[in-house]
Amino acid sequence: MTPVTLSHTLVVRVENKPGVLARVAGLFARRGFNIVSLAVAPTENSLFSRLTIVVDAESSPLEQVVKQLDKLINVVEIQELAPTESVARELLLATVQVNDGQEDRVMKNIENFEANILNVGPQKIMVSLSGDVNQVDKFEASLEEFGIIEIQRTGTIALASISNS
Amino acid sequence: MLTNGGKALMKNLEAEGVEILFGLPGGAILPAYDPLIDSSMRHILVRHEQGAGHMAEGYAHATGKPGVAMVTSGPAATNMVTPLADAMLDSVPLVCITGQVASGAIGSDAFQECDTTGITMAVTKHNFLVTEASEIPQVIHDAFHIATTGRPGPVLVDIPKDLVDPNNPASQFDDYEPTGHDLPGYNPIIEPDPEKVREAAELILQSERPVIYSGGGILKARAASQLRELAEMLDIHVVTTLMNRGGFPDDHPLALGMPGMHGNFTAVTALQEADLLITLGARFDDRVTGRLDGFAPDAKIIHADIDPAEFNKVRFANVAIQGDVGKTINELIAALKQLQQTKQHPDRSEWKSTISGWKERFPLVYDEWEMGEGLKPQYVIEQLRDLTPDDTIVTSGVGQHQMWASQFWHFNHPYTWINSGGLGTMGFAVPAAIGAKAGVPDRMVWAIDGDGCFQMTNQELVTARIENLPVKIAILNNGYLGMVRQWQELFYDERYSEVHLKPDLPDYKLLAEAMGCVGIRVEAPEEVQPAIEQANEIDDRPVVIDFRTEASENVYPMVPAGKSNSDVIVHPSQETS
Ligand SMILES: Cc1ncc(C[n+]2csc(CCOP(=O)(O)OP(=O)(O)O)c2C)c(N)n1
Ligand SMILES: [Mg+2]
Repeated sequence: MTPVTLSHTLVVRVENKPGVLARVAGLFARRGFNIVSLAVAPTENSLFSRLTIVVDAESSPLEQVVKQLDKLINVVEIQELAPTESVARELLLATVQVNDGQEDRVMKNIENFEANILNVGPQKIMVSLSGDVNQVDKFEASLEEFGIIEIQRTGTIALASISNS
Repeated sequence: MLTNGGKALMKNLEAEGVEILFGLPGGAILPAYDPLIDSSMRHILVRHEQGAGHMAEGYAHATGKPGVAMVTSGPAATNMVTPLADAMLDSVPLVCITGQVASGAIGSDAFQECDTTGITMAVTKHNFLVTEASEIPQVIHDAFHIATTGRPGPVLVDIPKDLVDPNNPASQFDDYEPTGHDLPGYNPIIEPDPEKVREAAELILQSERPVIYSGGGILKARAASQLRELAEMLDIHVVTTLMNRGGFPDDHPLALGMPGMHGNFTAVTALQEADLLITLGARFDDRVTGRLDGFAPDAKIIHADIDPAEFNKVRFANVAIQGDVGKTINELIAALKQLQQTKQHPDRSEWKSTISGWKERFPLVYDEWEMGEGLKPQYVIEQLRDLTPDDTIVTSGVGQHQMWASQFWHFNHPYTWINSGGLGTMGFAVPAAIGAKAGVPDRMVWAIDGDGCFQMTNQELVTARIENLPVKIAILNNGYLGMVRQWQELFYDERYSEVHLKPDLPDYKLLAEAMGCVGIRVEAPEEVQPAIEQANEIDDRPVVIDFRTEASENVYPMVPAGKSNSDVIVHPSQETS
């Protein structure tokens, strides 16, 4: 189980200006708030970027994190996304060892998780999976038995759920 | 009309109302110093950039206007880091212009290049790296806006050399007047929430043992008169933190003076025993609270501040009111008047007599001078206090002398006490005094400095002499890094490690004279008054008095680090067996 309660997901809209990421990262570092993951990219409006920051709740009292972030002049809006009211995804890329005789089990595993095959070579396969953190964690664990050669995860990105009202 | 970056910089600083710049030129800022010649602004040429920063702070503290410093790139910018950090922790409005290497050279380890915005990110409220000359008017306008609104603080503007160079076509642009600010992430909340104010008023009327815990926010919000009105209306005692000395008159019957590590017994203990702290523009600094889990254990907290990040950061607030503290007090007064029509607060006479009992039993005291001893530093401060005008501005360094100055001076007016509280920057006193004098030339300005501190920034007395800023410096020369010596005496078994300075090296009198000041040495108690009177008479140059004070003197009361405020150590003569 991903320890949902031990982390908070913040979606932060910032001005798309040079150095903004350094300001955010520097703030976390100097106040002793630990980042579990951070993803950043421009938004639909090129003046702004959106960050999804997953913060470790134990090191980082949420109220302080939010208020200190809010003091950064370039931070425009901060939303805390409750797991029940948001959709979160993470993308994983991995190059996996495929030893002789393991081919079927590797393929079966990929099918089970509905992962994608991106690239194939001698005794190696590159796969991708996007899903919620739990799924991605499980998939990563399942690959360990074959041997992970390289792995890269994006960290969580999230948006608020579309409200029904 | 076509203008260029350098001209625009000067024009827009003038448009912001800047009258004085503190600075020192160099390669990267050179082109900006040329149009300065034609500007109406006064430039005060310092001897070290740190001095420019602290002068700008002293100016800001004394006048309420933003202080402005201008220096070059690289080492000049790094010399500015200490004043920026100081201004950050004490919420001082400051705008610092730094030169940067030419745009094309940024990132190439060019001569005198450093990542100024990167280095100062953590010690500024905000900083800007200008990337096009045409940004200059808007960025300057934004910088002053950010520095002076909300919780004030330092803002740095880093400008590459080519963008202010009149010979560079890229520095030319169509002049414009900035209107407004495009800062979507910056909207300080000024108006307090009436609902919260009402809750606070209810708490006040319920409490039996309330104390007003007032901090530097009162001075920043220019709310000293509102504070007084509130205290008098409620008949509640007021403690004034190190950053709010003068924010409530010390000669007022409701004044309890400074709380904290070296606060007086009554202020420390009143906070400790209170059932309600009405916290106005203060931030529960560790020097005030002592060991946190033992601080004011029975107190509910009302916390009013412009910066919501202060709420619940250190101590949980039962009622938190975000907004300008002056407006908050006004609203609170109105809400209380309304509530008082139907409600009465409990009887507080016992609490009041308890406080008067403490005041009587534990006044600030020190041992009498004995033959053969150095001067009593407290005596020197009392004499200074009594022989100078009531509205004298006092600055200080950091150490024992600072605590004695805060304790033994009577601050009866706002903006008469200027010191480095949050960062505790040795060397603050001399340049801060010069900056204050530049801002309010009609007032007498005394720096109460330590011998250690004085040796960090005294060269600015040359600046003071040349710029005709006749400040007066009282060095409490105990020949020691006295505050550190005190800790080694009390907590390290009198094992003195690297704290001894030489009282007569440098020769402070000669040093003062070499810098164009009057130098006076005072060794005996009977010389104290005449020396101060002599100094007060001199108005054409700075004066330095080298007071030879007793090295073994300690600051009391004292709450040892890590101890609860209930364990406050009083002066040995006040100890009960
Ligand atoms: C820049 C800086 N370095 C070191 C310190 C640590 N420190 C605090 S008080 C003090 C001693 C100050 O000595 P002095 O100016 O002679 O004042 P005194 O305590 O003797 O009155 C020192 C070293 C500091 N606050 N600031
Ligand atoms: Mg000393």
